[in-house]
Amino acid sequence: MKIAIASGKGGTGKSTVAANLAWALARSRDVVLVDCDVEEPNLHLFFPAVATDVPVTAPVPEIDSSKCNLCGECGKFCRFGALAVVKDCVLTFPHLCHSCGGCTLVCPQGAIREVPRTIGRVACSRPLPRLVLITGILNEGEVLAPPVIKAAKTLAEGHPFILYDASPGIACPVIETLEGSDYCILVTESTPFGLHDLRLAAGVAETLGIPAGVVINRSDGKDEETVAFSREHDLPILMTIPFSREIAAVTSRGGLIGRDLPGWEERFMDLASAIPGVNP
Amino acid sequence: MIKLAVISGKGGTGKTMVTAALADIGGVPQVLADCDVEAANLSLLLKPRRISTEEFRGLEVGRIDLDICTDCGICESHCRFGAIVRRDDDWVVDTLHCEGCGVCDYVCPMGAIEMVPHVCGEIFTSETDRGYLAHARLFPGSGNSGLLVVEVKKRAVALSKGADLILADGPPGIGCPLIATVSGMDAVLAVTEPGVSALHDLERLVTVCRRFGLRIFVVINRFDLAEDICARIESYCEAEGIRVAGKIPFDPAVVESVRAGQPVTRTDSAATDALRALRDTLFAELGIP
Repeated sequence: MKIAIASGKGGTGKSTVAANLAWALARSRDVVLVDCDVEEPNLHLFFPAVATDVPVTAPVPEIDSSKCNLCGECGKFCRFGALAVVKDCVLTFPHLCHSCGGCTLVCPQGAIREVPRTIGRVACSRPLPRLVLITGILNEGEVLAPPVIKAAKTLAEGHPFILYDASPGIACPVIETLEGSDYCILVTESTPFGLHDLRLAAGVAETLGIPAGVVINRSDGKDEETVAFSREHDLPILMTIPFSREIAAVTSRGGLIGRDLPGWEERFMDLASAIPGVNP
Repeated sequence: MIKLAVISGKGGTGKTMVTAALADIGGVPQVLADCDVEAANLSLLLKPRRISTEEFRGLEVGRIDLDICTDCGICESHCRFGAIVRRDDDWVVDTLHCEGCGVCDYVCPMGAIEMVPHVCGEIFTSETDRGYLAHARLFPGSGNSGLLVVEVKKRAVALSKGADLILADGPPGIGCPLIATVSGMDAVLAVTEPGVSALHDLERLVTVCRRFGLRIFVVINRFDLAEDICARIESYCEAEGIRVAGKIPFDPAVVESVRAGQPVTRTDSAATDALRALRDTLFAELGIP
């Protein structure tokens, strides 16, 4: 079972839902929680523990200047601007490289080979006896999040119960995260911003053919439009979390409302039960 | 002219609320840009009147001509993105995964693949009561969000004759869309909130912005929800030599204004007072008249 937690809008509470759901489930089963928000991963703040790091590398071109005759084929081929042939050498811009391998194929001199370049890391920890946390971390200044997400997901692969916490947005990092999920929890808030972006996130899940349901967070009771949208699109409302200063205070300090506030463990188990195919 | 981007690292800290407020009370000739192209919300507060709509073409994608394809599978074995897939007994390009590198086109022995334009969004220019707005819509599931940000910024610059300020609403995160947003800017305003996640994300964001040589300012939104963590943010900023240009209290007027589809500065509220003070500090620091 693979469940992704996503939202178009940032800050709706994806990590809060992911962390509390993982915590509640890990009371009675083995769970792997994967932080796929590799630009700004936060789940480790909820689950402090000693982690083991594995570097994530991407293959990038290295030019052998003794073989290169400056023909310019590589620079002409690269659509990402990662290679430029100037007067007396080939300049490489590795942070722009998508690691397609095209330059090595087109070089008539066989002067290009690929070398690994570190773009991030994956941190693994076991904060609870039955919970493994895998965090993808993109190095600051790097552009390409998807390879780091892929590395984090690969490390979790094969485990029977996996939760993926996605980044905000609707582009490549979110696609990479949702890919292969059995179900998607869409976290929203009941404002026009939340609804506007829920519509987009639901579109991504639909494009990928992943069944989805909605969690309304920080509800002030004015959820009619979100509920109507969800009904119209056959998205069940899985859970509603009210706005409360108490919840905000726990979450802002890296606490878990499932653990720290009475009644919430049960509510997160109810959320799990509302997902088709999960038997808590 | 000053180019200022409102960013945050962590999502949902209030970038769009702050951008709309600064746009509303700026009082200088300005152009606005919504660089959060994946979840563009600025227009929900600024009631734009559309001037132009253009197709956004990202990188080209491969297309296999099945009349020529001999089913050899060489393209599939060379594609590193898993974008050549089997569908109804044919090889086809899955545009969701195609990065547009052109390797399939190069390796096909039959010349059955060509790279074709791919529309993955729309670019708009609009007029608002507070200046021109350049904005966009990325189709869900598309790549190229960084490229689309670059296009939005170009439209904003093209509209900026006589303006003193280009004010951009940025995306969350620190990756491709964020870097596309901040490159070429003069300054950034990082909107944060008192929480351990937001502080952690701010630290990573500052590291990235330093590499671009940007002037960095911070505003703490909802600062009174956890005053102890707010104090930690302030001491972090002090240690980093970053000016905290404002602190906005938690104020129900903010959500009410979003629901009403207008900047919070149209209301008489504590948030409005704080945002006016932020504007004055920021504009004085940046030398905006």
